[in-house]
Amino acid sequence: MSNLLDLIVAGLATGAIYALVAVGFTLLWQTSQTINFAQGEFVMLPAFLMLAVMHLGAPFWLAILVGIVLSALLLGLAFKMLLVDPMLRHGVLPLAIATMALAIAIKEAVKQFFSAEASPFPSIVPAGDVSILGRAISLQSLGVLAVAILAVVGLTTLLNRTSLGHQMQAAAQNPTVARIIGVPVERMILLTFLINAVLVALASLLITPIYLAKFSSGEVLGQAAFIAAIVGGFNQVRGAIAGGLLIGVVDNLAAAYVSTQYRAAVPMILLIMMILFRPQGLLGRAEERTV
Amino acid sequence: MRSIILAGLCSAVLLSGAAYAQSGAPIKIANVAELSGGGATVGNNWKNGIDLAVEEINAKGGILGRKIEVSHADSQSNPGVARAQVQKALDGEPYVLLGPGYSGSVKVTAPLAAEAGITQIMGGEAAELTQAGNKFLFRTSFGQQSSMPKVAKYVNDELKAKSVAVVWVNNDFGRGGRDVITKEFNRLGIKVAADLSTEAGQADFAADVSKIKAAAPDAVFIYVNEEESARILKEIKRQGVTVPLIGETTLVGQKVIELAGDAANGARGHVGLTTDAPVEAIKAFRDRFVKKYNYVPDHNGLKGYLAIYMVKATTEKMGKVDSKAFADTLHGLTIKTSAEPNILMDVTFDQNGDIDRQGFLVEVVEGKQVVKQVLPKLN
Repeated sequence: MSNLLDLIVAGLATGAIYALVAVGFTLLWQTSQTINFAQGEFVMLPAFLMLAVMHLGAPFWLAILVGIVLSALLLGLAFKMLLVDPMLRHGVLPLAIATMALAIAIKEAVKQFFSAEASPFPSIVPAGDVSILGRAISLQSLGVLAVAILAVVGLTTLLNRTSLGHQMQAAAQNPTVARIIGVPVERMILLTFLINAVLVALASLLITPIYLAKFSSGEVLGQAAFIAAIVGGFNQVRGAIAGGLLIGVVDNLAAAYVSTQYRAAVPMILLIMMILFRPQGLLGRAEERTV
Repeated sequence: MRSIILAGLCSAVLLSGAAYAQSGAPIKIANVAELSGGGATVGNNWKNGIDLAVEEINAKGGILGRKIEVSHADSQSNPGVARAQVQKALDGEPYVLLGPGYSGSVKVTAPLAAEAGITQIMGGEAAELTQAGNKFLFRTSFGQQSSMPKVAKYVNDELKAKSVAVVWVNNDFGRGGRDVITKEFNRLGIKVAADLSTEAGQADFAADVSKIKAAAPDAVFIYVNEEESARILKEIKRQGVTVPLIGETTLVGQKVIELAGDAANGARGHVGLTTDAPVEAIKAFRDRFVKKYNYVPDHNGLKGYLAIYMVKATTEKMGKVDSKAFADTLHGLTIKTSAEPNILMDVTFDQNGDIDRQGFLVEVVEGKQVVKQVLPKLN
């Protein structure tokens, strides 16, 4: 039983990261019908940007700040202006393929300019445990969970409780009507891209101390987050969060109680079941196709 | 008469060309290694060791007066890619083939080199590699059949462990090590409390460490690749497992220490090669490597370096560059440091291509490998 609790806490901590990344999928889909297959590489890159800043002699906190700003510029602004806007007019499929190409380009560039080898990355959460209900829970797991929850709560508060959030939702739900009532749709879409870029930078900061900084680390993460977004509901932020947490816990439990060798298959099975029996995802809403 | 002179001139030109090929043309060596992918640490250290040795030898005039020219190809840590790259390398008719470092990649490439009659000097440690009767395959480090009994003896004699959790990576390297060590544990009456298979490139070890905790062993034997070693060491520290951690070179290497940080402290292992060995020639190698690459190499850097000096010593023993006779000469050869100082330690190759030389038992203390015991050369 105690082992089960440890597994669930560790799974929730990993799942919280998946959730942060999965939220990015849903945000971009809702506002600009963009499926970003480079989302995993978007999580990998900020860690290397921060490492590069640290190599120049900057302290960790400054590297984090610069890393987040650079992420916003490169993975938010430049991504939208240089890739999404020109490609979207050709349709969703060419854009999706372009993001796949972008994933390869980012990965290879990091391999070329940094290293093919893994690098250590400092943790923002100190090592050690705290005792909760008689169980030693690692500070790192709790820290990851806490930061992820804070980020997601902040995001949902922004979307649901502020005028800016309402404008973003209006721009996402019906851009034409939103424009008529005076919502700056383009600016709202850009804001969504910037939020996604900050979220992936946060995810990068949280997960890289555990997974290590490596050019290929986005592959697994992007795949897990994509599955999480579909399982939770691709068109709902709360769905992506639920999906992320669920995948994290299921993955850990599968590794412990089914088989480590087949752990990668378990989320895929969950994905297939979901597509077959509840295609809109756990918390997603069914969308009608307009003809 | 004119035709005779012409024929004579042609023959002279051809002979001089042949003579040039024999004496002046560079000796072509092909290296196929894990330059990217999961084994990037292995392959890049190996490559850098090779390049350093080649640079040194060429600076002193080469081998038998001929410079060495090495080509490097990336296996991407993928046996399928390794096979294609080795085939391509063999098409270039190299003198000797170097690499790969992953046992799985060696397994699928060794038949190609043997078929071509080209000697392959590799970094794989799986026991089975040199037991298949391949007369062209040579190791640069101990095979598992040599190292694992030493580890098991240490667990039994020094740690006095009665039960051990065995964590291994599910590939040829990991399976080979797991099979030999569990056999040794059984022979010594040590119980295998948990037998955990993990995947190459695995990022999350929380579930595996939870299983170790549940099994409550006296020690944990860890046999996974370097990056995964770092990740599992961090998770073991995170979950507060305090029993001794024992492994092989892949648990206590420089890269693991760099990646795992504090979590590597206390890890112990048998290493065939380490830059922390109390051997003057190895210390000097370490200094030269650090000067050139600005980092301390792991055992793979030493392996790559030694592979080139194996080529040099064997060729000089033959007195000619003859790829067909190379393997025959290296079988049973003892290379002494008195004759070739850069071989670093006296070494003997048996008829299987396995190696015999000194080994070391090390422990990571405050982020550094500390040699606790020197295990002598057997013969």
